[in-house]
Amino acid sequence: VGEFFSTCGFVQPSKECKSRLRGGSHLAGAANNVAPFQRDGAEGCPSCNFLVCVCARAPPSVTRVTSVLTHSSGELLLLGTEGGHVFIVEVPGFRDCRSTIHSDLQKPPYDYIGRRNLEHVEALQENPINSNQVAIGYGRGLMVIWDLNHRCAIRHIPATQQLESMWWTENGSCILSSHSDGSYCCWTLRTGDKKEEEEKSNIPYGHFPCKAINKIVQLPTAGGPPFLLFSGGMPRASYGDRHCITVIYSKTQVAFDFTSRIIDFFVIRDGPHHTEPSALVVLVEEELVVIDLQTEGWPVIQTPYLVPLHSSAITCSHHVSAIPLKLWERIIAAGVVQNTQYSKKLWPITGGQNLAPDPPQRDLLLTGHEDGTVRFWDASGVCLYPLYKLSTAAVFNADADLNDNMSQSAEGEWPPFRKVGCFDPYSDDPRLGIQKIHLCKYSGYLTVAGTAGQILMLELNDEAAEQTVEAKVVDLLQGQEGFRWKGHTQLDVREEPVLFPPGFQPFTVVQCQPPAVVTALNLHSEWKLVAFGTSHGFGVYDYLQKNTVLVKCTLNPSDQLAMEGPLSRVKSIKKSLRQSFRRIRRSRVSLRKHHISNTNKVIQEANARLEAELAEMELAPVQRKIEARSSDDSFTGLVRILCFADTFLSDSSHNTPSLWAGTNGGTVFAYILYIPPVEHRADEALTAQPAKEIQLMHRAPVVGIVVLDGHGAPLPEPLETAHDLARSPDLLGSHHVLVISEEQFKVFTLPKLSSKMKLKLTAVDGSRVRRVGVAWFGSSRTEDYGESGLVFLTNQGDVHVLSLPHIKMQIRYPCIRREDVSGIASCVFTKQGQGFYLMSPSEFERFSLSTRYLVEPRCLVEAPLPPVFSNQHQPKLEGASSALRYMLSPYFPFFLQEIQKSLEGDQT
Amino acid sequence: MFLSAVPQPSGEPRSRMSRQSQQQHRTPIRHIDNTVEVKSKFEAEYRRFGLKRNGFGGFQEFYHLLQNIHHIHGVEVLLEYADIHGDLLPINNDENFHKAVSSANPVLRIIITKKEGDSVVYTTNSLQRRRKGLGLTGLRPAGSGSIHSKNKSGLMIGPPQDFRQISSIIDVDILPESYRRVRLHKYGSKKPLGFYIRDGVSVRVTPQGVEKVPGVFISRLVRGGLAESTGLLAVNDEILEVNGIDLTGKSLDQVTDMMVANSHNLIVTVKPANQRNNVAPRGSKNSMGHSGSVGSGGSIGSALSHDSPSPASQSNPITASSSIAEGDSYEEDDDGDVILENDCLSPNKYYPVTNSNSSTLNRDSPHKGQHSVIPQSVSMPNSLGTSLSHSATMMSHHNGGSTHSVSSSQESMKEDGNVITL
Repeated sequence: VGEFFSTCGFVQPSKECKSRLRGGSHLAGAANNVAPFQRDGAEGCPSCNFLVCVCARAPPSVTRVTSVLTHSSGELLLLGTEGGHVFIVEVPGFRDCRSTIHSDLQKPPYDYIGRRNLEHVEALQENPINSNQVAIGYGRGLMVIWDLNHRCAIRHIPATQQLESMWWTENGSCILSSHSDGSYCCWTLRTGDKKEEEEKSNIPYGHFPCKAINKIVQLPTAGGPPFLLFSGGMPRASYGDRHCITVIYSKTQVAFDFTSRIIDFFVIRDGPHHTEPSALVVLVEEELVVIDLQTEGWPVIQTPYLVPLHSSAITCSHHVSAIPLKLWERIIAAGVVQNTQYSKKLWPITGGQNLAPDPPQRDLLLTGHEDGTVRFWDASGVCLYPLYKLSTAAVFNADADLNDNMSQSAEGEWPPFRKVGCFDPYSDDPRLGIQKIHLCKYSGYLTVAGTAGQILMLELNDEAAEQTVEAKVVDLLQGQEGFRWKGHTQLDVREEPVLFPPGFQPFTVVQCQPPAVVTALNLHSEWKLVAFGTSHGFGVYDYLQKNTVLVKCTLNPSDQLAMEGPLSRVKSIKKSLRQSFRRIRRSRVSLRKHHISNTNKVIQEANARLEAELAEMELAPVQRKIEARSSDDSFTGLVRILCFADTFLSDSSHNTPSLWAGTNGGTVFAYILYIPPVEHRADEALTAQPAKEIQLMHRAPVVGIVVLDGHGAPLPEPLETAHDLARSPDLLGSHHVLVISEEQFKVFTLPKLSSKMKLKLTAVDGSRVRRVGVAWFGSSRTEDYGESGLVFLTNQGDVHVLSLPHIKMQIRYPCIRREDVSGIASCVFTKQGQGFYLMSPSEFERFSLSTRYLVEPRCLVEAPLPPVFSNQHQPKLEGASSALRYMLSPYFPFFLQEIQKSLEGDQT
Repeated sequence: MFLSAVPQPSGEPRSRMSRQSQQQHRTPIRHIDNTVEVKSKFEAEYRRFGLKRNGFGGFQEFYHLLQNIHHIHGVEVLLEYADIHGDLLPINNDENFHKAVSSANPVLRIIITKKEGDSVVYTTNSLQRRRKGLGLTGLRPAGSGSIHSKNKSGLMIGPPQDFRQISSIIDVDILPESYRRVRLHKYGSKKPLGFYIRDGVSVRVTPQGVEKVPGVFISRLVRGGLAESTGLLAVNDEILEVNGIDLTGKSLDQVTDMMVANSHNLIVTVKPANQRNNVAPRGSKNSMGHSGSVGSGGSIGSALSHDSPSPASQSNPITASSSIAEGDSYEEDDDGDVILENDCLSPNKYYPVTNSNSSTLNRDSPHKGQHSVIPQSVSMPNSLGTSLSHSATMMSHHNGGSTHSVSSSQESMKEDGNVITL
């Protein structure tokens, strides 16, 4: 029992599952059938798929399918429709409608005669002990027990409330019905000709009007009272907005309170005869929650897959390839400590085999969230698995108590709510939001930067530690006058020592002033420097000496929008509104004055002209202004990219550490950094000297800077060569710097900075660079051959690969829909030529441009072959082509078998 | 070719400029706040003198002053100055004289040429023939007195002397009559391009009949903008190409991005909504292009102009060469990224006050970053106007005493901003 979709993996299947269920849910009953489908897994998949087809095509009509029942014989499918008819079809052929139960065949009992229309078929249930009997529930409330063999109604159950769902108890003696007024009834089926008796009608959260109970399930236990589970039924006025499933067992009653809409639930049963309810599986709109019903307190079982990525909205992501084992183990150890509230029970859903080979390396995907958390995901395989969660909120004096939500189940509260699930879209303080992340995999240093200009330096520590976090305010304006920041205030750093759990523990916070959102961040763990940038400028912080090395203001003094922060835009709208009101008022005034005097003629004319212009603008269609970028544009000083490089900046014989910064206005700043030798690193001062500045003529935003060594290969990461993991860069040949703007790619020689070559993008095809990364493409044939390439994503959603160092177009592949702006903005590239982007707020899609590094969801669900398939039916040609689709999809190996069989049959 | 008679850059003025700039290095600059340093040149002679920035009168006064200084009384001369963008611009009235004085940073460079000499150079083909006959060996037309004695009253043919070209209709000879290819020159001017585009429906005649296809149209012209001032573009003109690239299948946003990316040298091919003012291709296109380039061959003013599409369209008139030509000239323009070397970046509070002596002193103590002054270099690769702008930038940057303060760095960057847009 409890075969659910196979290891499924990754996040995409969750969508499939959801869409299937969601698609089916407007067939009302379809979603209810998740459980039976899984129980007899054999025809589960194809019929499930069939449903999708049905509802995709079905127009709202009397034949629209509203409920489905898969008969336990495996041969029949009962389809209830909008018009109140039930069609019985044979599976898997879906060919022959052997019989149809028309609603007018039902002869309702006398007292029901007042209602003429029975409405649609709301529910279909099979008698668990007699498969010839099915119960048909109509929307109006009437339930009919139908005999399939004799094709006649055996009984009528005249419920008077609008029916929501129906449940036939295990022993076949009772039918439970739930209704739209929040009540449920238990109807005992007496043998013989006696009438059914409504045993009790019960409104569990009674007295005041309640919402509908959408689904009700009752399951017996071996030696005790049965489990009763139902969704909904909350008091309409006070808790009508909650998404609850109530579980009642003996004297215990808990209303599990979910953060998103409940789509469906079912109960897994184990024990020798698969009768003991062991786990409740709930599919809510945003996640899958499994609750352990056998452990005291009904704790949640942690899901090994389909973990919601967006428990708080994802604001940024960062990918780190090939994590050293040591760091990997430490992160896992830190994560294990965090997961104490979960049930010890093993994941109860089994079935399917994961055929994907073991991942060749350990990859981490770090997601930054709106609530100030950073989540570490194991991205090496198909499935994103959560390893560790870092919260930065503890560093700051936040107003809200974080545990507020969880501790709300006070004693004696009614209904007895308990919050479950980790999807929590409400952020206490938007300033905590994470904007940039950089992790050094060799040293275990992590830096995260947020919305209120905060940059946290964190170090991995295996022990809990109580420490004070040092705060350093960096004034990026450098005394620029005539300015008032109108955005949010900076975060308040706690002055007292804070106890940090094992894991990444912050030791320094840099706070930019003004506290604008951090737009660029880079960490050089070998030099122990962190570089950060906002819309006002950039700086370099030495986290060993805890000192700023460099601060540079890039703000154009006339750039009001960037100066005043995010709120000024709102203000300007308000201003323009006010102005337009004023204009209207003025024109009215002038109209009145027109009768009195002609002195205001000039003003009137001006007003008329203004109004005419306004009208013209309002009438004009969507239009775009054609204007060259100028230095006076807004946000030209916004720092887009920061990069450290050990290269030749002053002369061609001495390489020096350097910092490169690129802005929105197409300017590149290069600084020579003086870093003292290791023995004096802690006490000698670091300096930064401006060395070069490039102003790109086209002034497009600089989105990437890559320094190439003498072989034309990108410089290795900091500490990479120290760990013997990369060839040290070639320092003999001449270095080059590749500056990537939104519009073009340009290679300059170092240290002269003379233009060597370039590639224009926007001028030629009108697309602009949105995301860029350097990737190493290994050959799939030989182990030791590979090339570096520049991977970039355009605003048209195309992924391109450029050769390095010659910047020649290699390949272009349409990857993301161009309308999917947030998807394009969320894309991250890995060092091995893969990429991730958010295809919805909750789903990452992974793509690979590399032939060597492929991650595919390969799995198999072995289905027992029911006898019905040995009776060959002739496959149609179109059937074969559609089956091909299933071959590509790894979730329907069953179809494969079927098709193979039929092909073999054709050949012999 | 129409209207845009385009000069061949002659090597001579450039070498002259570089000589000047070398001189510049040797001569210490003394500069007091509100005086303008003037360096004027007549034929091979230089004069240097100071000029009160606000205390000086009009053009006539200046004209006479120059005549005095160069001892050329009675000689009709043309005055030109090198502006910050590296263009030679005329001084012939009060207004542009004041403009010239105000834009000097800090040196105002005046070039004086004899009026008769110029007209000779521009008018006659005889010179060109003669030059060809002589094998084009570095003979300077303006300097060769033997020529301008001949044709004294020639007609002016070629681009007008006192104006800067802002637009042209090009490729008339290879385009269908109903199309118009317009080049907008942005230069460094503050004038906005000033037009808007929108989506629309275009009607095309195809072998299958009349078809409606999506197209991009000009929706609005900004008053006073470059587009409006040319008179070559109008509302509802359909845009067919941008810098030689066909727009079929491109979205409005893509077209916008393409135009912005090419905004420094924008060439749009339009189908004018008003088809009555079309320019018919001339019969003898070769002679057109020829005379165009020859006519302005010796002009110093246009020698610094950036575009040279005529040779390309001349050599390759059958193919849709325009795109190639445009591409080439665009390349030249586009390499105008400005690279500033280290000490240009050291923020300067004051305008150059020190001389090179002090800077050499300071060079000995480079660690005090705020005082380190090394003669800076600014490189502008491949630009035709390099030499001139080079020296201009040189002067503006050849400075010393500087104080660390970002606000002042902003100021100096703003000054540089003008240089950057070259």
